[in-house]
Amino acid sequence: MENVNKFTQVTSSVAHAQRRSFLRTVGAAAVTGGLLTACSTADMQVSPNGGRAAGDVITLPGGDLGILNYAFVLEQIESRFYELVLANPYENMTAMEMQLFQDLRNHEVTHRAFYRAALGSAGIPDLTLDFSDINFRQRTNVMEAARMFAEIGTAAYNGGGKYLTDPENLAVAGKIVSVEARHVSIIREMEYMNQTAFSGDNIVIEGLFIKLEPMEVLPKAQKYVRETIDAHNLPTAVA
Amino acid sequence: MNLQSIFTELEKVDSEFFDRLDHVSRRGLFSTLSRKTVAVAAPAIMASALTKAYGQSSDLPQNVVDVLNFALLLEHLESDFYEIGTNVPGLIPDQDKPAFEYIRRHEELHVKLLKMVLGSKAIQKPAFDFSAKGAFPDTFTNFQTFAAVSQAFEDTGVRAYKGQAPNLMNAKPILETALRIHATEATHAARVRYLRGQKGWIPLASPSGLPQVAAGVYAGDDNVIQKGINLADLLAGQVPLEGITEAFDEPLTKEQVTAIVMPFIETPN
Repeated sequence: MENVNKFTQVTSSVAHAQRRSFLRTVGAAAVTGGLLTACSTADMQVSPNGGRAAGDVITLPGGDLGILNYAFVLEQIESRFYELVLANPYENMTAMEMQLFQDLRNHEVTHRAFYRAALGSAGIPDLTLDFSDINFRQRTNVMEAARMFAEIGTAAYNGGGKYLTDPENLAVAGKIVSVEARHVSIIREMEYMNQTAFSGDNIVIEGLFIKLEPMEVLPKAQKYVRETIDAHNLPTAVA
Repeated sequence: MNLQSIFTELEKVDSEFFDRLDHVSRRGLFSTLSRKTVAVAAPAIMASALTKAYGQSSDLPQNVVDVLNFALLLEHLESDFYEIGTNVPGLIPDQDKPAFEYIRRHEELHVKLLKMVLGSKAIQKPAFDFSAKGAFPDTFTNFQTFAAVSQAFEDTGVRAYKGQAPNLMNAKPILETALRIHATEATHAARVRYLRGQKGWIPLASPSGLPQVAAGVYAGDDNVIQKGINLADLLAGQVPLEGITEAFDEPLTKEQVTAIVMPFIETPN
């Protein structure tokens, strides 16, 4: 089985025992969150390709493939979100906003397709996504969600990049993160109509865009995913 | 300003981080500095943390020194450009002034941070020629030109940091800081493009309203092959070619960036 995926995997070191038990606790919380999410009913529960039963566990691998699959989780959420925004446009969406969402949809669908193809057999399945907490009819809801996804995405790549051990993997992640940061800038401009929101003090602190660790990002992502994401294999310390 | 979390994160990355900060008491540091002082001193503290993580700046690996000095040159260029531009009365329309003030402040912070990490290894700031040897004769008298040059600098900055990131893999805390600067430059680039009536992202290798002399800024950004996968083939009929190229910002090599920036550096005759 050669060329099953396009990413180089380097064997990761074994995580520290204390961290492991911490991750178990996070995992348990994630399971609870997943079940609660599964209980909520809404029209916006969507699985593009049939989907899996709620409560299934999706275990991310370790090493570079773990980080790349972690990014793939976020790209799946973002791309599906924009597909739904365009399928259910809020009232009075301006032509400019429509164009913006089409662009964002194009970018995120491209990212999703890229990870799907590049990860190949090492990729996680299509997730069953649940956007029931977003009112797609409300501009403010949609803008807020778009901004949040873009900010978390950028911060996640900023924090995840250092765990990649293969320079080519870092390079390709780097090609995506700046596009996510461009999204942040423009979405914030649209949302706030404010001259300095594009790089506001809550996302760029003293000249540095915020960053988040996978353990900070995954609970936020889990909210939108019906399967439980098990991240205990992800690297938590740099090699 | 969440310095505490920066230090916590640095500690996660490098478990010996605080041991290396041998003479800095963690608790003492935060109790003696007021919130305001911390904000003002942030680049200094961040820089000192990064430097101490690697010993003296003279102990920084040479490849890291090279990348940081390359970045410092670009940040000096940007910082001086905005410093001059924001101080020319009437150049920047009132409505756009706050955005450029923000960008100016960020570039100044980047310079400060890089200089402090590099210490005695930092390059001297060269003299700049913001007309680029006459290519932009009215940079500081015509707002359209000023904004165009700004866009060229920001998009180049994004692509330059991106190209250098893999060279920082042996200095993880510095890599992470560089990634965070890189994302900041991307928020600038999108904002400036937008106020110029361009998309916030780069379609194909479009000059995006910049004159021919700046073509190098977008060279190769129309690439559709990532990790050997032709995304134009894969997504034919689903995503327009333009959208596929917008989804990935391509890196520039050091040589490409140098060629773009060279006309802006004054060389004594």
